[in-house]
Amino acid sequence: MMKIRSFFAEHLLPPAIGIGVFILVWSLIAQTGDNLPGPLKTWDSAVILFSDPFYQNGPNDQGIGWNVLASLGRVGIGFGLAALVGIPLGFLIGRVDFLNKMSAPVVSMLRPVSPLAWLPIGLLVFNASNPAAIWVIFISSIWPMIINTAMGVRQLPQDYLNVARVLNLSEWKVFAKILLPATLPYMLTGIRLAIGTAWLVIVAAEMLTGGVGIGFWVWDEWNNLNVEHIIIAIFVVGIVGLLLEMMLIQIAKRFSY
Amino acid sequence: MKKYVQIENVQMVFGTKQGPFIALRDIDLKIDPGEFITLIGHSGCGKSTLLNLIAGLLLPSEGVMLCANREITGPGPDRGVVFQNHSLLPWLTCFENVHLAVERVFGQTESKAQLAQRTNDALELVHLSHAAQKLPHEISGGMKQRVGIARALSMQPKVLLMDEPFGALDALTRAHLQDELMKIVADTKSTVVMVTHDVDEAVLLSDRIVMMTNGPAATIGEILMVDLPKPRNRLALANDAKYHSLRGAVLEFLYQKQARKAA
Repeated sequence: MMKIRSFFAEHLLPPAIGIGVFILVWSLIAQTGDNLPGPLKTWDSAVILFSDPFYQNGPNDQGIGWNVLASLGRVGIGFGLAALVGIPLGFLIGRVDFLNKMSAPVVSMLRPVSPLAWLPIGLLVFNASNPAAIWVIFISSIWPMIINTAMGVRQLPQDYLNVARVLNLSEWKVFAKILLPATLPYMLTGIRLAIGTAWLVIVAAEMLTGGVGIGFWVWDEWNNLNVEHIIIAIFVVGIVGLLLEMMLIQIAKRFSY
Repeated sequence: MKKYVQIENVQMVFGTKQGPFIALRDIDLKIDPGEFITLIGHSGCGKSTLLNLIAGLLLPSEGVMLCANREITGPGPDRGVVFQNHSLLPWLTCFENVHLAVERVFGQTESKAQLAQRTNDALELVHLSHAAQKLPHEISGGMKQRVGIARALSMQPKVLLMDEPFGALDALTRAHLQDELMKIVADTKSTVVMVTHDVDEAVLLSDRIVMMTNGPAATIGEILMVDLPKPRNRLALANDAKYHSLRGAVLEFLYQKQARKAA
C-alpha cells in the first residue's frame, strides 16, 4: 500500500499537476478573448474529429488519421534514405582521417542551414511537391546520422582494436563484432536526433508544399479559421513526436552495454 | 634446446614531438619452452613496451625478435595476450568472447561442435563454465580477467603474454588468481611472459625474473633465477628462507640499485 502511494506521489502526481496547470493557464488565456478556443471547446471538437479519423472526401478533405500517416510516410522515406546514405558515410568519415578532414568544412557549413532552405532546390530538381518534401526530410536527418556515426567510430577504444589485432581478426569480423556494436549506441543517438528534427521539419515543409499531411492540414484549417483543429493538430504532432522519441529510447536501451 | 622466444639486440625508439625517444636498448633475452618469465621494474621502464614487442603490437626499431624460430612481424595466434584491463568485448557473452579467438585459430580446420568444445574447455580451465552465457558487466573483475586468460589460452599459443594481469584486482582476488594461474600453467605447460610490479607475485610465479633498469633507454639490469621447487605454496613460502632472500634481491635491485629519484 505504501509502495503504491509513494509511486503515485513520485511518478504520477507531478506530471498530473503539470498538465493541470497547463490546462488552467490555457483556459484563462482563452477567456480573455474570443479568438482562442478553450480546452472544453477543443475537446468537443476533438471527439468529433477522432470519431472518424479515416474518412475520405476527395484529395483535400481527408481524416486526421490519413494526414498523420501521410506525414509519417514522408518522414519514413526521407529518414530511411538518409540512414542508407548517412550511416555508411559516417563509418567512412570516422574510419578514414583523410575523408574526415575532406568533409569537415562542407558538413560544418551545411549543417546549420535550416532544412526548409533546401525546399526550393528540391522543387527545382524533382518538379513535384511530394519528392521535394521528402528531400527536405532527407537533408535535415542526414547530418546527425553522419556526425554521430563518425564520432562513434572515432571513440572506439584502443583496447578493442588491440584485441582485434592480437586475435588477428579479419576485416569483416572486426566490423561485425567490434566496430558495429561499439558504434551502435552513437548511431542510435544520431537516429534519435534525426527523427526529432525530421518530425519538426515535416510540418513546416508540408505547409509549403500542400497535399495530404498534418502540416498542410494545419494550414488548411487556418484558412478555414478552424482554430480548434489547429490546436488539436499541435497536440497530435507533439504526441506523435513523443512516441517516436520514446520508441527510439527503448531501442537504444536494448543496445547499451 | 630450442629457444621459444629469442630477442636479440633489440632497440625501441618512439618518434615524439621533442624528437626521438629511446624507450629500450640492447635487449637480449632467450626464453625456453615452459618457462615462466616475469618482467619487473619501475613504471616507465619499458616493460610493457617489451611485452608489446613480443606480442607484435609494436615492431622494434632495431634488432631481431623470433618466436619458435619465426620472425615476429605482427600479432599472431601463436602469442596469446592477456591485457591489464581484461579487454573483453562488452556486447559478447563470456562464451562468445572466447569463441571469437577459437574460431579465428581453428575455424578453418574444425567443425562447429569442436569449436564449441574448445571454447567450453577453455572456460572450464579457469572454472567459469557456469558464467559462459553471462555478459562481462555481469561478472566480477577477477572473473573477467579469468575469461581473458581463457581467451588467450584457447588459441593454444606458444607463449602466453600477460601485461599486469592482476594489477587492477584486490589483494585477495589477486592471490587466488595467482594460485589458479600456477595450476593452469603447470597443467598446460605454457610458456609465460608476465609484466608485473609486484615483487611477491614475481617471486611466487617465476622461473626467472627479468629486472629492468629505469627509463629512458631502459634495458635488462639483472636476471634472477628463482629455483624454488614447484608446485609452490604461498603459505609454505612465507617461512622459507630462500624465498625471502630472493625477494630481498629483487627489492634491493628496485630500491637501491634502481632507486627512483623523487618522482
